[in-house]
Amino acid sequence: MAALLEIRDLGVEFRTPAGVVKAVNGVSFDVGRGEVVALVGESGSGKSVTALSVLQLIAQPPGRIAGGRVLFEGCDLLALDEAAIRHVRGRRIAMVFQEPMTSLNPVLSIGRQMTEALRLHLGLSAAAARQRAVALLDQVGIAEPQRRLRQYPHQLSGGMRQRVMIAMALSCEPELIIADEPTTALDVTIQAQILEIMQDLCRRLGVALLIITHNLGIVARYADRVNVMYAGRIVESGPAAALYRRPAHPYTVGLLNSVPRLDRPRGRPLEPIPGSPPDLHLLPAGCAFAPRCSLAEAPCRIAPPPLRALGDGQASACFEVERLLAGVPA
Amino acid sequence: MYRYVFRRCLGALLVMWAVATLVFFMLRVVPGDPFAAMTFDAGDAQSIAALKDKLGYGQPVVVQYGKWLWHAVQGDLGNSIYGSRVPVNGMIAEAFPRTLSLATLSFLLALVIAIPAGLIAATRRNTPLDHGVTLVAFLGLSMPDFWLAILLIIFFAAGLQWLPAIGYAPLSDGFWPWLSHLIIPAVAAGTAFSAIIARMLRSALIEVLQTDYMRTARAKGLGARALLLGQALPNALIPVITVMGIAFALLMSSTVIVENVCAIKGLGRLLIQSILNRDYPAVQGAILVVSAIFVFSNLAVDLLYGLIDPRIRYVK
Repeated sequence: MAALLEIRDLGVEFRTPAGVVKAVNGVSFDVGRGEVVALVGESGSGKSVTALSVLQLIAQPPGRIAGGRVLFEGCDLLALDEAAIRHVRGRRIAMVFQEPMTSLNPVLSIGRQMTEALRLHLGLSAAAARQRAVALLDQVGIAEPQRRLRQYPHQLSGGMRQRVMIAMALSCEPELIIADEPTTALDVTIQAQILEIMQDLCRRLGVALLIITHNLGIVARYADRVNVMYAGRIVESGPAAALYRRPAHPYTVGLLNSVPRLDRPRGRPLEPIPGSPPDLHLLPAGCAFAPRCSLAEAPCRIAPPPLRALGDGQASACFEVERLLAGVPA
Repeated sequence: MYRYVFRRCLGALLVMWAVATLVFFMLRVVPGDPFAAMTFDAGDAQSIAALKDKLGYGQPVVVQYGKWLWHAVQGDLGNSIYGSRVPVNGMIAEAFPRTLSLATLSFLLALVIAIPAGLIAATRRNTPLDHGVTLVAFLGLSMPDFWLAILLIIFFAAGLQWLPAIGYAPLSDGFWPWLSHLIIPAVAAGTAFSAIIARMLRSALIEVLQTDYMRTARAKGLGARALLLGQALPNALIPVITVMGIAFALLMSSTVIVENVCAIKGLGRLLIQSILNRDYPAVQGAILVVSAIFVFSNLAVDLLYGLIDPRIRYVK
């Protein structure tokens, strides 16, 4: 069966004063029904742009879809006109954004913002939409939902606002929720709560989840499959467990080594990746990670390596993957 | 809320008192003696003094001030020092509705033009339409209102004869006579404010349209109209309302020149004539009214903020 969401060879460019930037360059991956998929990368790696492109939410200009297709149940979302994509937005694919502080309209009540989509997409009456909003807030663990509906965003804490965002995303029973760094702006304790709620509700309601994050801890705990992005390309993809057990790209290895872990001896220094992410204006001809990679050889600097399957659903875009897996230190 | 309004009203009264006091003493300092003028500069010192005594201006200035203030607090602004000594209250009561009509109409006209223009310019940013709106706005802003008034009179009154050239008709004469006399001055006085408000709204909207919550709203599937009018406009109006408040207060007090060109005996004209004549009580009365308009428009704006922006609540 075809996946729910199939992104094929997506390319997104931005016109900037310094030239055209290829923020997303030939990205392909799938999200199956009810599956939790993570898109991992540093800021500027193109993961948010990929997420926003799915619903045509990239500002055009300066952005431009340079190519590729985004198939949702076989229908190319990039080919839809504004009126048609509006029926997908919020109804079939919903989004949760990074900053709960700024993602809710400050002058509109929570109730107004929650019922809007319900009335628009499901044609509910004001009273029915309100009733449903109360049930949704209750579902995401907000006490006194009646009272909260009358309140405004500034009267809610960050965690609570993100719960409202999740409730809003779930409101029209979408098939897919795209969560763009849903917990980055929250306290660590709240982060776990929010993710538990999201995972729990998505499992129960059979909603697929695409989590955009730079936090590998989130990926390890919640994702079924992972796609690692670097400089606009996917450099490694595979089941979350396999990726942790046997990372197959020097960048993934670097990411894992730079995260503090409790199962390592105390006092052992973290190993940050040397160098810094590339300037997207000046991408090298070869592998974008080569300048920071200890395994890089001459071929790496000539052409970007394609994503190659390694078996077990894992794939890597690295010419030197065999040496990496054989244990040559990265 | 009520305490806040009460406190603000007290503050407003304080400002009005300060303005009145300042004006009172400044008037006595500026050169030009109305009493000498009334005797056609031919009177000797004695007859001038006698005239002053007769009109109640023979006492020390501080005593005059005390008396004036005492009466003003009770709502009596004194009498004109000229002719049949008309009460200032009556002069203001006659002028105020004219200026209020003119200012309100100018203000509404300004909004009716500015809000759609700002919306169009912001949503069609950097298109020929936006540039067109900007160009017209700058034209409106740089045209002196009296000159615009003269042009309009030449074209619509003298040329096409659609509208009366000058004068004012009270609303009791009928709606059309009232309106037709006001159209030319209202357009002349309102154009610049319309341009300012349109420009403000444009920049505020452009900022709002790029916010995260607008992206959230778009991701919900809202249509263009709901996004613009339901989500963006309430936010963009917050800074614009400040300008609107100032615009209304300025229209109430600074239509002087347009009132002169169009021969409307409003507050501005009353003020100018009184100043030229050094008609002390009339100047003081008119200024008191103008300062009241200013402080209370500001108060109205601040209260409007609270209505439109839930983050602002006047609890103390």
